[in-house]
Amino acid sequence: MRIGVPKEVHAEERRVATTPDVVTQLQDLGFSVAVEAGAGEAAKFSDDAYREAGAEIVSDVRELWAQSDIVLKVRPPELHPELGEPETGLLREGGTLISFIWPAQNPELMDALVARRATVLAMDSIPRISRAQKMDALSSMANIAGYRAVVEAAHHFGRFFTGQITAAGKVPPAKVLIIGAGVAGLAAIGAAGSMGAIVRAFDTRPEVKEQVESMGAEFLELEYEEEGSGAGGYAKEMSQAFIDAEMALFREQARDVDIIITTALIPGKPAPRLISADMVESMRHGSVVVDLAAEQGGNCELTEPGQVVVKHGVTLIGHTDLPSRLPTQSSQLYATNLRHLLTDLTAEKDGNIVVDMEDEAIRGATVIKEGEVTWPPPPPKISMTPPKPKPAPAAAEAPPIEVKKPSAWFTMGFMAVGIIALLAMGSVAPPAFMSHFIVFVLAIFVGYQVIWSVTPALHTPLISVTNAISGIIIIGAILQIGAPSGIVVFLAAVSVLIATVNVAGGFLVTQRMLKMFRK
Amino acid sequence: MPAGVVTASYIVASILFILSLGGLSHQESARRGNVYGIIGMAIAIIATISSDRVSGLGLIIAMMAIGATVGFIVAARVQMTAMPQLVAMLHSFVGLAAVLVGFANYVDPGVQYEGAEETIHEVEIYLGVFIGAITFTGSVIAFGKLQAVIKSAPLILPARHWLNLAGLLVCVWLGAEFLDAESTGGGLIPLIIMTLIAFAFGVHMVMAIGGADMPVVISMLNSYSGWAAAATGFMLSNDLLIVTGALVGSSGAILSYIMCRAMNRRFLAVIMGGFGTEGGTAAAAAGDTGEVTAVSAEETAELLQGAKEVIIVPGYGMAVAHAQHAVSELTQKLRSAGVKVRYGIHPVAGRMPGHMNVLLAEAKVPYDIVLEMDEINEDFPNTDVAMVIGANDIVNPSAQEDPNSPIAGMPVLEVWKAGTAIVLKRSMATGYAGVDNPLFYRENTRMLFGDAKDSIEAVVKALD
Repeated sequence: MRIGVPKEVHAEERRVATTPDVVTQLQDLGFSVAVEAGAGEAAKFSDDAYREAGAEIVSDVRELWAQSDIVLKVRPPELHPELGEPETGLLREGGTLISFIWPAQNPELMDALVARRATVLAMDSIPRISRAQKMDALSSMANIAGYRAVVEAAHHFGRFFTGQITAAGKVPPAKVLIIGAGVAGLAAIGAAGSMGAIVRAFDTRPEVKEQVESMGAEFLELEYEEEGSGAGGYAKEMSQAFIDAEMALFREQARDVDIIITTALIPGKPAPRLISADMVESMRHGSVVVDLAAEQGGNCELTEPGQVVVKHGVTLIGHTDLPSRLPTQSSQLYATNLRHLLTDLTAEKDGNIVVDMEDEAIRGATVIKEGEVTWPPPPPKISMTPPKPKPAPAAAEAPPIEVKKPSAWFTMGFMAVGIIALLAMGSVAPPAFMSHFIVFVLAIFVGYQVIWSVTPALHTPLISVTNAISGIIIIGAILQIGAPSGIVVFLAAVSVLIATVNVAGGFLVTQRMLKMFRK
Repeated sequence: MPAGVVTASYIVASILFILSLGGLSHQESARRGNVYGIIGMAIAIIATISSDRVSGLGLIIAMMAIGATVGFIVAARVQMTAMPQLVAMLHSFVGLAAVLVGFANYVDPGVQYEGAEETIHEVEIYLGVFIGAITFTGSVIAFGKLQAVIKSAPLILPARHWLNLAGLLVCVWLGAEFLDAESTGGGLIPLIIMTLIAFAFGVHMVMAIGGADMPVVISMLNSYSGWAAAATGFMLSNDLLIVTGALVGSSGAILSYIMCRAMNRRFLAVIMGGFGTEGGTAAAAAGDTGEVTAVSAEETAELLQGAKEVIIVPGYGMAVAHAQHAVSELTQKLRSAGVKVRYGIHPVAGRMPGHMNVLLAEAKVPYDIVLEMDEINEDFPNTDVAMVIGANDIVNPSAQEDPNSPIAGMPVLEVWKAGTAIVLKRSMATGYAGVDNPLFYRENTRMLFGDAKDSIEAVVKALD
């Protein structure tokens, strides 16, 4: 089958749905590939590079669409500005389109595609199951957006991110608050942290705390208890009381931080309003807010989608094209996501796609099949993190605690018994024995103190050296060897012999081992 | 040499022994520690020989010369992979010496006590011989198992606990008979019978314990050999023996405790033996099998080259395959390529405490990149590749995730949290505990099948 990749027509869109590398890989799957002339120009992929990779360069848009069985795009089809007609009209009758679609937000687009009897796979509808991660374009784009958000913030922020102490004075580090620790949020945490800022993050889903902390950021927590994990690893809408508590936290943080990056999205719903106008007002002059949810209405009340505005002395960045601002990288990742999807679609590697509705990933992505709307799919059942993993570790941890902490009564009872036993022994034993016994008990205590400080790496030498030392039993044998009885002499002599093997062997092998340990 | 000087020498020797063990707290001071031990031992022996109570100098020197020669030869020739065997063998010597000294002391006509002192003295002899005998045969069996002369699987006799209990009761009864015996030498028969029972005891105990519990067994025998020496010290009224025996005894006991904690098992449960026989079937039934992803040595090399941080987790399989030198070479290659390589060592990896550390040290892996489980476990999420070489149970996620697993609660190295976990293994067989390992079926796990040494060498070659 023939794959066509047109140039993106959306204003300021620099990405392209395939790259020369991926063109080669698509041919390995049995496809032939045509690319519109200049499609990769903005993403720094020249027509020559595509041609070299084996793609056909087509300059006529209509011809490209008409001759392609499968069309790969980034943005959903829209009105073609040069031709003056919608791109859906260019799609061949019964053809296949793979791109971002956003079916919930674009009902007219869906109708138009149904009218073309098309098969449409929406990259935004790939389910979030671990098997489908390789084709999860939302994640790969969010990652880029998160990184770019920090770069944009740094660009508009008139200060260093990192704290410095210079001859000319002290520079405090910037404080960054990141709301929503999804893929974009985590990428932003990483980027801001590596620039030296103090990073804090908030998310309604408590299970991301570990991920946030692993990125080196502080995880802000609410006093309020409510589980925010929805189906499919996304967040869900929260109760009013929770939102109030959350807002109080943001209000307090807004006064303290220099940069807020919001990434909060709930699938199929407008973005939650998290930063109100008065919070922006309370921020220091020169602070920056980056709203990654601008396209879905914005997390910040004052954001203007697609614009950078300054209000109350705070720069509000509402870019909706952050991934497109790193076009080479985002094209590469998006093209790879598409290639993985196509690989799954062509199990036979013969260049013919089969839309297997039994496959959970493909089923989720397919929003229209041969003119029939198949959206929304049945909900995916597996959340990325099972919401209740707690019982298992708790049960697993219980036994050691039990072992380690016997009750105080038990310990005291044990000691009491020990003391009574000692006293009882003292009352009958001769004084000579008791003096040896003191030595014995003290030596055990000394041993106890000394051995705990031995590093585990040296446990084998410890065993061999204690073994050599326990050859001290030779002293006992030596003391007896001069006895008048022949049998005693014999037994003692044998003891001396084997105890010496111990002493000599033990010390030597310890020395050998210790010599090997080096930095 | 007057008795006062001898005692003073013993004090010096005791202090040197304590310093010797204290020196092992760190690699840098460890060699000095060993030297302290040697000096202490030399002082103790010279002082004893030159004391007024000792005669028969010629015989002593002859015996010591033979013993020292044998000891040196064995110690100089032993391979590091065979350390556990050597240690077990040496333990058996201490045990045997304790038995012999006990017998010699009992039949020595020169030793005379009266009343309570006599009773206590005889109890000391009895205990010393008892512990020594168990240590002796226990160590011999441990040696056999480690040397693979005896099958390492646990041997479970029917009603074994009752057998042990009966043996113990008979020993107590024999002890009473022994104390009651009037004349010197009259109690010899009960003493000999008890010794035989204790021998059987030692055999039975270690036979019932399987291969991977060997770290506990070795530590325990180490401890017993100390207690045997201490008992001998009481018998001979010799404080140096008491001090040294107590030091060694508590050392072994602490090690046993550490090993048991590392397996989340009670000491008694390990000693009772038979682990892995009951748990195996249950686990197999619950095992969630899936697909494993096998990789080639070349792909492994690629993964390693692409990584910034690598953690290698060695296990007994590395020792069996003698792969430590190949692993070391791999480490050097990766480190010179700018990859941060570290090692994560589980306390019970291998067949004796610290076994892996010694093997890696032998292969010249710098000790500052060899870390303990607790030091490294939280770094796995930031690690690109975790490489498991011949280890199984110590990296089994079901210890944390499956409360019904026989190894539930055992602390494990969390290799599955790394970006990719590469597992080197000979086959898909289960580990010692007989528990299926869900790690192998994880999505981020790659299996490199084959002999560990051959596999690593192939990876090293592919890196060039």
